[in-house]
Amino acid sequence: MSDGGAPTPEKGKLALYWAASCGGCEIAVLGIDDKVLKVAEAFDIVLWPCVMDGKVRDIEKMPDKSIDLCLFNGAIRTSEQEYMAQLLRRKSKVLVAFGSCAAEGCIPALANMNTREEIFQTAYHDTPSTDNPDGVRPQIETEVPEGTLHLPLFYDTVKTLGQSVEVDYYLPGCPPEPDRIWDALVAILTGQLPAPGSVIGATTTVCDTCPRTRNEKKIKEFKRTWEIIPDPDTCLLEQGVVCCGIATRAGCGALCPTVGSPCIGCYGPNEGVVDFGARMMTALASVIDSQDPDEIDRIIQEGIPDPIGSFYRFGLANSLLRRKALAHNGDGRVAEPA
Amino acid sequence: MTEKVGVYICHCGTNIAGPVDVEEVARWAKENLDGVVLARDYRFMCSSLGQELIQEDIKNEGLTRVVVAACSPHLHEKTFRTACSKIGLNPYLTQMASIREQVSWVTEDRAAATHKAKMMVAGAVRRVQLQEELQPTEVPVNPNTLVVGGGIAGIQAALELADAGHKVFMVEREPSIGGHMAQFDKTFPTLDCAACILTPKMSDVGLHENIELLSYAEVDSLSGFVGNFDVRVRKKARYIDEDACTGCGICIEKCPKKVVDEVFEAGLGYRKAVYRPFPQAIPKFPVIDRDTCIYFERGTCKACEKFCPTEAIDFEQTDTYLDLNVGNVIMATGYDLFDCGKIPQYGYGRLANVFTSLEFERLCNAAGPTEGHILLRDGVTEPQSVGIIHCVGSRDKQHHAYCSAVCCMSALKFGHLVMEKTGAEVYSFYIDMRPLHKNYEEFYDRLLQEGMHFIRGRVAEVTDAARLPGEDGKLIIQAEDTLIGKQRRIPVDMVILLGALQPRFDAKETGLKFGVSAGLDGWFTERHPKLDPVATMTDGVFIAGTCQGPKDIPDSVAQGAAAAARVQGMISKGTVLIEPIVATIEEARCSGCRICNTLCPFNAIEYLEDKAVSYINPALCKGCGTCVAACPAQAISGAHFTNDQIFAEMEGLLYDVIGSNGATVKSPQPALEPA
Amino acid sequence: MSESAFEPKIVGFLCNWCSYRAADLAGTARMKYEPNIRIIRVMCSGRVDPTFVLKALSLGADGVMLAGCHPGECHYIEQNYKTIRRFKMLKHTLRALGIEEERVRLQWASAGEGALLASAINEMVDQVRELGPLYWPGNWADNEGSQDAIQALPREHAEAMEVPA
Repeated sequence: MSDGGAPTPEKGKLALYWAASCGGCEIAVLGIDDKVLKVAEAFDIVLWPCVMDGKVRDIEKMPDKSIDLCLFNGAIRTSEQEYMAQLLRRKSKVLVAFGSCAAEGCIPALANMNTREEIFQTAYHDTPSTDNPDGVRPQIETEVPEGTLHLPLFYDTVKTLGQSVEVDYYLPGCPPEPDRIWDALVAILTGQLPAPGSVIGATTTVCDTCPRTRNEKKIKEFKRTWEIIPDPDTCLLEQGVVCCGIATRAGCGALCPTVGSPCIGCYGPNEGVVDFGARMMTALASVIDSQDPDEIDRIIQEGIPDPIGSFYRFGLANSLLRRKALAHNGDGRVAEPA
Repeated sequence: MTEKVGVYICHCGTNIAGPVDVEEVARWAKENLDGVVLARDYRFMCSSLGQELIQEDIKNEGLTRVVVAACSPHLHEKTFRTACSKIGLNPYLTQMASIREQVSWVTEDRAAATHKAKMMVAGAVRRVQLQEELQPTEVPVNPNTLVVGGGIAGIQAALELADAGHKVFMVEREPSIGGHMAQFDKTFPTLDCAACILTPKMSDVGLHENIELLSYAEVDSLSGFVGNFDVRVRKKARYIDEDACTGCGICIEKCPKKVVDEVFEAGLGYRKAVYRPFPQAIPKFPVIDRDTCIYFERGTCKACEKFCPTEAIDFEQTDTYLDLNVGNVIMATGYDLFDCGKIPQYGYGRLANVFTSLEFERLCNAAGPTEGHILLRDGVTEPQSVGIIHCVGSRDKQHHAYCSAVCCMSALKFGHLVMEKTGAEVYSFYIDMRPLHKNYEEFYDRLLQEGMHFIRGRVAEVTDAARLPGEDGKLIIQAEDTLIGKQRRIPVDMVILLGALQPRFDAKETGLKFGVSAGLDGWFTERHPKLDPVATMTDGVFIAGTCQGPKDIPDSVAQGAAAAARVQGMISKGTVLIEPIVATIEEARCSGCRICNTLCPFNAIEYLEDKAVSYINPALCKGCGTCVAACPAQAISGAHFTNDQIFAEMEGLLYDVIGSNGATVKSPQPALEPA
Repeated sequence: MSESAFEPKIVGFLCNWCSYRAADLAGTARMKYEPNIRIIRVMCSGRVDPTFVLKALSLGADGVMLAGCHPGECHYIEQNYKTIRRFKMLKHTLRALGIEEERVRLQWASAGEGALLASAINEMVDQVRELGPLYWPGNWADNEGSQDAIQALPREHAEAMEVPA
């Protein structure tokens, strides 16, 4: 950042925002180290709630398309976040879904396995640490003597940024690796960008950068990580560990498998893939070493007790089905007449 | 989309136009589907006038894609592809919608049928716009052919090809060619002596300048693709130098070790440790059976070596491998006989005078262990009554559900031979009498006149436990005679079990080796059950004879000749077109995870160590798409069945659910201005 | 169609060699079956990517049928065993997402089993009709009241500005 002087006309404007996220992406931005100074040279930062004070109403007053670049992290889980997404979309020339939450929903979107009602029930009633004798729940509007108080609407279904507004570029990762962030910034600054709507990243998967030796695969049993001490040199998947490196976009440098921990898929699917979980399901199933339906069932049930957690840990909101069925969905609805 | 799609709705007379409002479908397609520039309905699209209609439109209207909604693509896809390609439109830019088989013929309600037809047309229209031009590749065909199996089917195939001037390698597992037919005595319905008609053909094979006979050998591996197969053959050690051996047989004469011949004599006779299965064996060279030879057992003997006039015995011989290049393969690997011991109530293996059909063939055969005398197991007594049981292991859900096709006629043949040679009474226990081919019914009539007894009913058991007078010392066949509705006990001296024909014990492994699939019952699967009976899913690999299913000698010979004709066609043409519907790996997207490496039964996928990526050999790929669906990185795409094409078809088929713009539901918030 | 007449939309993926031929045979034999299935031909059931099933459901199909050659009878030797494995894996996931068993079905049908295929289609259509519409896209179109809540925000911001400092 500059030393507080007035923005020079040639400098671009940069906004960083967080919605439903953990904050890791904010820290990842700082992971580019001293290159952040170069960012400050190139941009004036107009909004970065994590780091500096700023008012939404100031952004609201800015002319449309006056922000050159907005790095938006976090998923969309409330009306306030959706509003901010819409606002920043309107004000920004280039909107980047920064990190896994914005790109594909990430951990916040695992809430799509439940309903708002269930989540409130847990958070405001069931947890042992909750003391809520009056059963108070968040209300969108609350009347108090001074007037009406507003809280954002908490959505049933967490959305990705792209499901809320048009996104120019996606930068995957939980969080994105600093080197990839810098690559993306350079690409944006120099205008060497892929077609709008695309992911800035590799077109191959983590295996490509994994140092482990890979052989033909036949899996008789899937193992949880605590069940084995994996051989340090061979492919984890061949040892039965559900490693998502086969389906996960390269970009991290295979950090996890390199140190013996399976890839959990934080960099999302490879280029062109519409459903990450489907890729994992089909690939793993294809190499199950059995032709007996009952044994296949057993291998799957025992080895993968939580398919959503295994296959959609990062991508549930961005998957084809997006969430668990709502109990009332479809009731009374009739397909439209021809 | 910039494609110009022409849609053609076939009336198929009234087959489609009756239950479906074809004019309405055409009108609807033109009005509602993006990309459709014209939609016509016509009485018979497959007629030459119908095809010309399309060709005219391609020419005059500049169509770039064609959809024909008519019958199943299995019937006329080729017709319309050819019609389009004749006028210069790549054949893969056409798509059919099966509105006859899947709509008009199966739907009761006209409105529902018309609606479904529209949806199917929408699917085809969406899909066809994403289809891509594809070109088959042309490869030369090596004129040499591999024939696997030297039974009558293989012999016929080999001779047809060799006589036409083409080189044939024949690989036979046993020391001699001839197969099961060489073991038989007579052949139905003409009662020709099997050897008399078979051995001339065997010797033709042995002497033919175009046939290289590799007996006592097995195919070790097969790789490559149609027109260009690489075959590795393992020639098992014979311990006889074939170049030196004259086939004089002195070694056999001098060999002191006699063993039961379980193969050719079906366990009824003996052979030596060095042996030829039968006197007319082709090739003439004997084989030393390592498992029973005294020298191999104890280190001394070598009687054969001492007496061999040409020093042809070579105890140091080892298995050798031969690498061959062939353009086509004909598999004629034959059948095994059902193990009749698996049906214990029929007593085979427990009751001495229960015989299998193959044993009986050897008993009848003048060259067999009894010199053609039909005798009980004691070797001296002629039976006075014989029971023949059909369908042992066939038409039996416990074992094989299928009919073995040859047993009824074998039973008639056996009945005739028993009566002719011994005058015994013969009882046949059958479920249905199935003398299906030319002159077979007449043979049945002949046996009826000759006095063979026919009892319609499945035999419950064969026992030696006598209960009634006259049963002592006999085998009693207990069966229900379903024609008179009574249980019967027929005491006989001899029982012949007509065991089922079943796939070779190693058929599955063989199928995998050659890329040939098998049905649930284990017989190799032909490409089409009616219209392509000797080809298989692997181009250039053909099947003939009983490896494809139970059949008799005339049918086996016909298939052998048919397979040879198919191969000759390939050789005459000189080149073969390889289907462009194959899978491809995009190298830049492949991370070399190797998920796909074990998935291809045709071994089309290989891993390139140097590049650390996988590669699909297009000539080996059969286009099934299993690897495409498996790739976790989506680095594999399947031509003509791409994800996008299938998604587009799905969107069209669900037109009434999702609407024309492809949006599933109305957008949850107002559209925002674009970036 | 009236309110009460829910007609399921079912997408079928049929392999070229067995089940598609079974559909041909059902036609040739004029076996009447429910018109609710719409068939996509693939070369082998092994081509059916779980994505296809998910896609069909996400587009609004009420059910998906996969059909192929009987195990052991695959025209590509053994690819339908991979179909079994993938189907089981997919069902495991679909169960977790709350999709009823009957909505996604794997049906073996050889080329000669037109009648079997037709009756399987009828059975599935009946079962899905009984279950009612799936209407999957409705699951996420349902963040009820979100529009009002979003539009309330700039109003609030404006109001907040009016509060005297």
